[in-house]
Amino acid sequence: MFDFADRITSRLSGIYAGFGYSPYKMSKFEEYDLYARNREFLISDGVITFTDTDGRLMALKPDVTLSIIKNCDAKPGQTRKLFYSENVYRVSKGTDSFKEILQIGLECIGRVDGYCVAEVLYLAALSLKATGRGFVLDLGEQELLTGAALKISDDPAVLEELMTCVREKNVHGVDEIAARLNPAGAACAAPLKTLVGLYGTPAETLPKVAEVAAGIGLENAYFKLKSAADALEGTDCAGCVRIDFSTAGDRNYYNGIAFKGYVEGVPERVLSGGQYDRLVRRFLPDGEAIGFAVYVDSLEKLPREREEFDGDVLLIYGADAPQKNVLEAVIGLNAGGLSVKAVPSDEAEALKQRYRRTAYVDGKGDVSYEK
Amino acid sequence: MKNDFINVALPKGRLGEKVYSLFEKAGYPCREAVENSRKLVFENPDAGIRYFWVKPSDVAIYVERGAADIGAAGKDLLIEYGPDVYELADLRTGRCRMAVAAPKGFRDDLSGTLKVATKFSNIAREYYRGKGRDIDIIHLNGSIEIAPILGLSDVIVDIVETGTTLRENNLEVIDTILPISARLIANKSSYRFKNAEIRKLADAIEKVVSHE
Repeated sequence: MFDFADRITSRLSGIYAGFGYSPYKMSKFEEYDLYARNREFLISDGVITFTDTDGRLMALKPDVTLSIIKNCDAKPGQTRKLFYSENVYRVSKGTDSFKEILQIGLECIGRVDGYCVAEVLYLAALSLKATGRGFVLDLGEQELLTGAALKISDDPAVLEELMTCVREKNVHGVDEIAARLNPAGAACAAPLKTLVGLYGTPAETLPKVAEVAAGIGLENAYFKLKSAADALEGTDCAGCVRIDFSTAGDRNYYNGIAFKGYVEGVPERVLSGGQYDRLVRRFLPDGEAIGFAVYVDSLEKLPREREEFDGDVLLIYGADAPQKNVLEAVIGLNAGGLSVKAVPSDEAEALKQRYRRTAYVDGKGDVSYEK
Repeated sequence: MKNDFINVALPKGRLGEKVYSLFEKAGYPCREAVENSRKLVFENPDAGIRYFWVKPSDVAIYVERGAADIGAAGKDLLIEYGPDVYELADLRTGRCRMAVAAPKGFRDDLSGTLKVATKFSNIAREYYRGKGRDIDIIHLNGSIEIAPILGLSDVIVDIVETGTTLRENNLEVIDTILPISARLIANKSSYRFKNAEIRKLADAIEKVVSHE
């Protein structure tokens, strides 16, 4: 029987392959140096390391994107489209211990034009739709956020504080920081406050984003966001797109469109992605990239119906029951579509309540059902 | 449990009662919630609201995990535990400050590791990291003020409201780390799937707060 992770992996792999993305399989290990040199691009601080037989310090992958960029042999001016299904090893927030997390996702690396952005966003929406639940795909834009934040301060520490407020949708926090820096007037905070407070469909929100963009001279960034939202308008996922700038707010990683996906019934984001040219340019001059990851461990938080029974039939056999007849009975029931657990009679008592029906094989090999 | 209600986690105690009163004034009453009762969950179907009282330090967990759509939590707990939630409004109640306190006349001569007793290890660690000061954190769960008196620590990092407890124990504030007040927080998924209801509630609460 396939479990949830297998089913969703198979479904999403089919979707990505159908749009021309190639499967990408990678090693469980990478040299630790890769993560040490690119620490600011890692979500998790902790990395599990070990020394390989040749003395190299290796790590269990805490991240997939870095490995793909380093190894996929992308060329400037050419587009590589890849998808993966890999385990990563990160510190779990709740337990402060390492956890193996299955991540499925895709990357578009090398040259990323407007079509690539639209396609990746559509595939992100399709990934959410594949869960069979209500979903929303929220879009934000990092350049606009950074531009609005720079109106308040260009101090990196303050910018980081402001981005924390963005991720928290904390409008009053933006106000407090602006007032602290400039007690005379916090008008400089207005563009960022508008962006942080926005949430709604593109039709409801984009006019306000356009005003902010014009005010801070970043019309181009606005048009990129609008084009992305417009491209999804004509698709079967149109009604599920929202504009929300709390999806961005990570200026070290993302440089353009940033997005997150939510599924009804799961209390946290199940998909996260965006454009990350800054990271790809460490490996590929003038390279561009966009991608996303689906967090299977988050999807597993979907409410599930509890199974009432462990299986259909508990088949109890005595010490004198011929093995041949027991096996035939199991095969026969199984062929009829029933799940069967055969147990000797001295183990059966504790299991009876956990199966829909109980059956017996006697010493002559005859099968009878309990009424 | 019906899902069309807004589920609100309120912190047990005086702060929670003050927060409830803001909700009531904002048009989300449920008197039963503040009257003596053995019930754990209180609903007002007309207002579409469901309240439950939880330990103050658990509010953010209920909200982060989606058992509550929104809640009220102190800024101290939000900074200390860093839950992945939205902070929609400053409720401007439960005001106090996170401070460093020490026995009167204490002088940090920087000659050795500073022993810091606190319930808020992350906040203390971050504060002293910013100062480049080497510290030894002694994590306590209550009665923090006794630690310097008994020589367990040099200083404490704790919430100070009026300063009376400190004065009575011959302690004084030597630095303020940050001001604290209760915040309206929301689960990130609920914010999307119950957006209109949550925003309406947050706006109504903000109006009440601004007139208080």
